[in-house]
Amino acid sequence: MTTMAFDILLQGLLLGGLYALFALGQSLMFGVMRLTNTAQGDFIILGAFAAIAGLMVLPVWAVALGLLPLAFGFGYLLQRHVLNGTLGRDPLPSLVVTFGLAIVIQNGLLELFSADPRSIETGGLNTRSIALGGDSAVGLLPLLILGCAVAATAALQWLFGHTRLGRAFRAVSDDREIAELMGLDARKLYALATGIAFVLIALAGVLQAMRTTVSPADGPLLLLFAFEAVIIGGMGSFWGTLCGALLLGLTQQIGFRLDPGWGIWAGHLVFLAVLVLRPQGLFPKTKG
Amino acid sequence: MLTTSALTARYGDAQALFRIDFELAEGELVAIIGANGAGKSTFLKSLTGLVKVAREQVMFRGETIGGLPPGEIVRRGIALVPEGRRLFPSLSVEENLQMGAFAGRGGPWSLQRLYALFPILHEKRRLPATSLSGGQQQMVAIGRALMSNPSVLLCDELSLGLAPVVIKEIYDAMPAITAEGMTVVIVEQDVATAQRVSRRLYCFQEGRVSLQGASGMLTREQISQAYFGIEAAA
Repeated sequence: MTTMAFDILLQGLLLGGLYALFALGQSLMFGVMRLTNTAQGDFIILGAFAAIAGLMVLPVWAVALGLLPLAFGFGYLLQRHVLNGTLGRDPLPSLVVTFGLAIVIQNGLLELFSADPRSIETGGLNTRSIALGGDSAVGLLPLLILGCAVAATAALQWLFGHTRLGRAFRAVSDDREIAELMGLDARKLYALATGIAFVLIALAGVLQAMRTTVSPADGPLLLLFAFEAVIIGGMGSFWGTLCGALLLGLTQQIGFRLDPGWGIWAGHLVFLAVLVLRPQGLFPKTKG
Repeated sequence: MLTTSALTARYGDAQALFRIDFELAEGELVAIIGANGAGKSTFLKSLTGLVKVAREQVMFRGETIGGLPPGEIVRRGIALVPEGRRLFPSLSVEENLQMGAFAGRGGPWSLQRLYALFPILHEKRRLPATSLSGGQQQMVAIGRALMSNPSVLLCDELSLGLAPVVIKEIYDAMPAITAEGMTVVIVEQDVATAQRVSRRLYCFQEGRVSLQGASGMLTREQISQAYFGIEAAA
């Protein structure tokens, strides 16, 4: 009984690590500029397909080195030339534009790659595991993913808490007008934030495609998990997002064990419960 | 050093300032008084680029600066202590002060110097800025503006929402700020305070300058008429 409970806990946390990577970019963009990126899931899938397409023509090391800087540049330019124009008092334009982007990405990928599920070959990494004694074992790749999630969370928290750039991010987030009065360029800071968010998005896409398969229509479900993790954790706090994602993964895992059809549903129940009982999330940071 | 000629500004849909002529000499402390909605805050905002005005209407050190981006204006040496303080809530006291230095102007003001002026801020430097008392928050707001090492400091309603004893404490810091030739404009609803601390005084009424002169020479009657307008005088 205890081994089973331990196993559920372990698998839940590992799944949550993946969700945290889905959610951190969302959390970052919302935290800095109150932008809800409804194409988050589709960008993750786009990142996965970019890696898959890259691997068709380039050696592994070139894709590994090139993808994240490329994602940063893509995010930076997207914010600078498209999304900055949608920001304002009214959240609707940004929702509509990112929703439109989601449709464009899904259909573009469908045209280029067909609806077949694909994955990234890991040379057996995705099936390797470490025995923990008894009947328990932990997959090496899921452990690596959780490690990435914790490291990314810690890095973001450090960036925001202890660097000049992070201070500037918090200042524009608090009060854009006064931040500009201090000489900050909000449009450039937003672009930098989105660039960083897209590094995380591409990383999440690659790890997702290594762990399982991806197909062009997968995006919306990933968005839903990302969104639930951000809301459960509380808007604008990275540790909150990580905890929200871990809680979501854990609940889904418990649901799966009760009945294979209940996993995702159990996650939604926790999300709804948080919305009803603690709408500000478990660890809210954002004010106003 | 700073002049406006026929400065006209809109705030939202309404016209807020009508042909304001204003003049500021190096090292002066000038007060602007007037009732709510007289256009005092809009005037300061148009000097700092937060309200857009025509380029030639604001002249600073021989250059036209009207309508430039706020960051550009602060780099040229005009800093604003905004109405209601507007501190960054998720930044600590010290981080708020550091934001002021973002423009990267050199000069006498540093964290050390500010902490010497307001020792309480040193003690509370690690706390969130908005957890401080109103008066201490106002010190942070003034400090943040000073950290940009401006040559002109614009202060919007320093006494808003503060107890008289705290207001006095804030204004007692003024001589230390102006000592090295800092030029200061204060917007103030409290006429007595404005008259006491300033050398010259402008009174705004419904977006126009209704009175100006040396602070000590203006009589109570002149000021109340300029402040409240014809209705009150009748």
